[in-house]
Amino acid sequence: MEIETYTLILSALLFAIGTAGVLLRRNAIIMFMCIELMLNSVNLTLVVFSRSLGIEAQVFVFFVMAVAAAEAAVGLAIIIAIFRHYELVDVDRFNLLKW
Amino acid sequence: MIADFFFVLFAVMAIGGATAMVFARNPLASLLYLVMAFFALSGIFVLLDAHFIAAVNLIVYAGAILVLFLFVIMLLNLGQTEKTDLRGPVYRMIGIAVAGAFFGLLLVMLRGGHATSMAGGMGQATIDAMLETQGAVGVVAEPMFRSYLVPFEITSLLLLVAIVGAIVLARRKAP
Repeated sequence: MEIETYTLILSALLFAIGTAGVLLRRNAIIMFMCIELMLNSVNLTLVVFSRSLGIEAQVFVFFVMAVAAAEAAVGLAIIIAIFRHYELVDVDRFNLLKW
Repeated sequence: MIADFFFVLFAVMAIGGATAMVFARNPLASLLYLVMAFFALSGIFVLLDAHFIAAVNLIVYAGAILVLFLFVIMLLNLGQTEKTDLRGPVYRMIGIAVAGAFFGLLLVMLRGGHATSMAGGMGQATIDAMLETQGAVGVVAEPMFRSYLVPFEITSLLLLVAIVGAIVLARRKAP
């Protein structure tokens, strides 16, 4: 087997670890970090396929990074706003849709 | 071979860092483990001849996005947690089972589609020639500014909206 196959397996494993992190943790910031890990494992898959299907896949990696940056900025701002209200970042305790 | 050695090294670092991130008690330790995993992933990008993506991954992901997380963790003073926020044993078993099943699904998809998609590949010689003539940045820049110019410009709009949204959301309410 070549390095591409092993890298795809690694990418799948990292995505699964990210999924496990989102399911297992209660801290909203760590759930966000797990989502970043999942995005980066998808980037790894895109880079592997850029070797066989054309270099354009690396342009999509660039767009994924831009979206990840936007998502991190807005998501962390939401977490700060929630923390001001509740003084905690535990997702199990955010059970009211009232501001 | 030396490339194989580095691949195994970076893969072990990435998987170890990711696993430690999920199970670390302290959010700050969690974040630093994630930075380690991203450094290892950048090494793997280099092994796959994506040098520009490796550099951008270090600068933008490890350098900017994760430092933003660090700022928020320190701003909210979450560094000294004495008890973990992992869920209970039943939920933990269910979560790991779901993630394992998802990994199995991805492996099944890999076995089904991988051989055919790699058959018409460019090959190492073509990639080396492209990097030789256009350079590591030029190889990405050419399709980005020719075929994908409009999406690239829309990305700047997305970032502007994100900046405005982040400021509006995190601002203190006027007294």
